Amino acid sequence: MNINLTLIGQMIVFALFVMFCMKNIWPLIIAAMQERAEKIADGLEAADRADKDLELAQERATHRLREAKEEAAVIIDSANKRASQIVDEAKDQAREEGDRLKVAAQAEIEQEMNRAKEHLRGQVASLAIAGAEKILEATIDENAHKELVEKLAAGL
Amino acid sequence: MSGENLTVNSYIKHHLTNLTYGKLPAGHERIDENGATYVLQQDTWTMAHGGEESAAMGFNAIHVDSMAWSIGLGLIFCLLFRSVAKKATSGVPSGIVNFVEMIVEFVDNNVRDTFHGRNPIVAPLALTVFVWVFLMNLMDLLPVDLVPELLVLLGVPYQKIVPSTDPNITMGMAVAIFFMMLYYNIKVKGFGFVKELTMNPFNHPLFIPVNLFMEVVGFLAKPFSLGLRLFGNMYAGEMIFILIAALFGAGVMWMIPAGLMQMGWALFHILVIILQAFIFMVLTVVYLSMAHEDH
Repeated sequence: MNINLTLIGQMIVFALFVMFCMKNIWPLIIAAMQERAEKIADGLEAADRADKDLELAQERATHRLREAKEEAAVIIDSANKRASQIVDEAKDQAREEGDRLKVAAQAEIEQEMNRAKEHLRGQVASLAIAGAEKILEATIDENAHKELVEKLAAGL
Repeated sequence: MSGENLTVNSYIKHHLTNLTYGKLPAGHERIDENGATYVLQQDTWTMAHGGEESAAMGFNAIHVDSMAWSIGLGLIFCLLFRSVAKKATSGVPSGIVNFVEMIVEFVDNNVRDTFHGRNPIVAPLALTVFVWVFLMNLMDLLPVDLVPELLVLLGVPYQKIVPSTDPNITMGMAVAIFFMMLYYNIKVKGFGFVKELTMNPFNHPLFIPVNLFMEVVGFLAKPFSLGLRLFGNMYAGEMIFILIAALFGAGVMWMIPAGLMQMGWALFHILVIILQAFIFMVLTVVYLSMAHEDH
């Protein structure tokens, strides 16, 4: 248990081992460990980002779906409107056409009636004269009584 | 009875004697192989025959066994960690790489917690201290007679296989760390180091001598407490192993209790060797951290 040169020897050996460790062991192991830690951190971050991306994509997809649905509803709505509009237009046209036809038919009927009346009136005058001739057995001056007869005919 | 005491005594003494190579002074009496006594005519570098001779050698001697085991264990540390350092990649670690990285990370965390300066030597120093001291302490768990007795058969008379039970080894490391403390104290603080030694704890010019005395004693006590703590713990542990081993020789009826004691102490000692290595490392880092902290 004497203190001797072993002390100095141990100091030298100690210094050599520490230097060897500092140059050839520590930096390599620490570098590998740090690199691995970074790699793991990157991987975790990437996974996190992918998760977020997925969430975002899903959100976007549902958004698009909703938009499409709304669009479709709008299109259907406008189509319905247009259809009813067309039907309404057609109805209006038909009604107008009908009215027009009715008016034309009435006008023709009136015309026919007037013609028939005119014709009848002409006939009535001569018939009345012929009738009166027969009743009176006398010749009536057609011209003299014409006014009278016409008055009668107009009363028809 | 006295004969038995003598054998136990010599047994213990034998276990506590280092294999020493050193310079015997002129005039020393030696006994050669034939038992004849002769006197050395001049200073001689030689292997010591026993504790008295190694004591006579004084400072000019070296403990061959302590040095050899300490260097051998240091080389084991260096080669093992170097091979792992070459293999280490950022990929998935496996087996021995995992184990070594665990130790490195443990040391790194401890250094980070304690040492806040920027010095690339502190962490590798802590790793070397921790693993090396642990390996040296680990030799304590080998059966006390195994290696020495085998070497006696091979003609090597003495062998202490636990380097950390040699105060030269523990104090060598502590003194090396002390020099580092001194160097960084002066490098980082400059004149502030002198101020720290003279103006603490009483900040008054009148108290400079008192402060200087207290601080210098405190500063010098650090390497002693560091080195002697490890030495004391390991020496005591080794001593108890030797005493238990000596108990085996006390008779057949002592075999089983001695075996149980041996096992119990070894189990307990597993804690001690790790703890002492850890304490040595932490104190090293703490002392260096104190050397780096400028107030």
